[in-house]
Amino acid sequence: MRKVAVAGVGMTKFGKTEKSLVELFTEAAMEAVTTSGLRPGEVQALFVGNCLGDFAEGQANIAGFLASELGLPPDAPATRFEGACATATVAIRNAFMWVASGFYDTVLVGGVEKILHMGTPLATRTFAMASDSRYEEFCGLTFPGVFAMLTHMYSHKYGIPLPALKERMALVAVKNHKHGVLNPLAQFRKEITVDTVLNSFMVADPLQLFDCCPFSDGAAAVVLTTEEKAQKMVEKPVYVMGIGQGSAGSLCRQKDYTVMQSRLASARQAYKMAGVEPGDIDLCELHDCFTIAEIVASECLGFFEFGKGSEALESGETALGGRIPINPSGGLKAKGHPIGATGAAQVYEIVRQLRGECGQRQVDGAKIGMTDTLGGDASTIVNLILGV
Amino acid sequence: MSYYKLTHKEYFDALKEGKLMGLKCLECGGYTAPPKVCCDNCGGTGLEAVQLSGRGEIKTFTVIRVAPEGLEAPYIVALAQLEEGPWIMGNIVDLDPDGAGLELIGKKVQVGHKVLPPMNYTAGEGVSPTFKIVG
Repeated sequence: MRKVAVAGVGMTKFGKTEKSLVELFTEAAMEAVTTSGLRPGEVQALFVGNCLGDFAEGQANIAGFLASELGLPPDAPATRFEGACATATVAIRNAFMWVASGFYDTVLVGGVEKILHMGTPLATRTFAMASDSRYEEFCGLTFPGVFAMLTHMYSHKYGIPLPALKERMALVAVKNHKHGVLNPLAQFRKEITVDTVLNSFMVADPLQLFDCCPFSDGAAAVVLTTEEKAQKMVEKPVYVMGIGQGSAGSLCRQKDYTVMQSRLASARQAYKMAGVEPGDIDLCELHDCFTIAEIVASECLGFFEFGKGSEALESGETALGGRIPINPSGGLKAKGHPIGATGAAQVYEIVRQLRGECGQRQVDGAKIGMTDTLGGDASTIVNLILGV
Repeated sequence: MSYYKLTHKEYFDALKEGKLMGLKCLECGGYTAPPKVCCDNCGGTGLEAVQLSGRGEIKTFTVIRVAPEGLEAPYIVALAQLEEGPWIMGNIVDLDPDGAGLELIGKKVQVGHKVLPPMNYTAGEGVSPTFKIVG
């Protein structure tokens, strides 16, 4: 297998936009291509993540339209990937394989989503389609509901009283909003307090509005290429050191999902391939779709013992300047969560951090970064470890 | 010829008659519900369809306050562990959602059912388990 590098990266501002899905992705893709010193015609294949285009814009099979929009040659295959909220990193993992195998040298990969115009009832319904349609959707399960049930299970399992756990969860939102202020591409650039979270309306007991990431529009893209070519394209290539993907079934079959087996499997693959351990990771962009989600992810990835992840919010270990900064971009909570683009936006942040380009939110001296993207109710999880 | 010993349609039809069905593995003796083509415990495909006791215990729950299109909040979604081992998802009924608290975890329940009419983007009607607190 060949070593694979990230050359250029691109990302739109997240939040409401008048642009179409094709225009949104094209903006991010053009930035990734041009900052690689390439013309679009030099891209050999396009891998694009998009989850809900069918419902959002009546647009299925978007990949070919994107290839055409960008001016890729007719012999460049363009393929759409879908893995719920992990859509873009599923696409990136597949793009990685084609370059690593030697089949292609230079590919474009990323993701796009446009949700805000759909309104909350339809958006909630289409997000819920990522849970088991036969056995769980008819119960009226929603995504806040998945993580609300997880919060109750976590409180009961580890004996952390719910009010205390909720305060620590609120600190996840406070931290990520604080980070988001420093990210010009974030959807929310406003600090909040614990009271903001605890006074917001209830979405799914015990999760309140500010425990939840927003609906978002946005796109992100990266160019993957060989080590040799990347060194000519950009000043500081970032290398894919490790990559993993795990799967799981319906929530009821996972039983106690405070520890997600699909995430343990995915992270194990990525760590093994990279030859590093959790202690070697300098920063992590992980899947904080809900405040509790950041806590359980930080445990599964090995940064904290099981049941101890919430304590880190009080000690500040996961804030910028802490031992292991988590979501310096603002995370899904403040940066926003256009689901089909999120994984690529996580990679965008890690690459910019490893290149030392993040200004006020820069993690000093970062050499190794990790991404973690969760799709559906943990039915798809992807982890990447990137390094310079 | 089908590889399935119990399809989702057969599972739904039995639920509508008040019977909770599952699969018993002839290889490991474990139970699988809701049904799938292989055993949830060992992956074995030697299975037989059996009626389950319909008794279980609440493992976790939430009150949905913002519902998807087609449904009306509030309602309670829960996961229960059945006596035979599998967990299933359902709705806790006969309980005011505003009275739902952590003390629900560990409560014994009896499984019932409710029928949902076809909605946008469903392949016909759905049948969903309900949980009635019995102690």
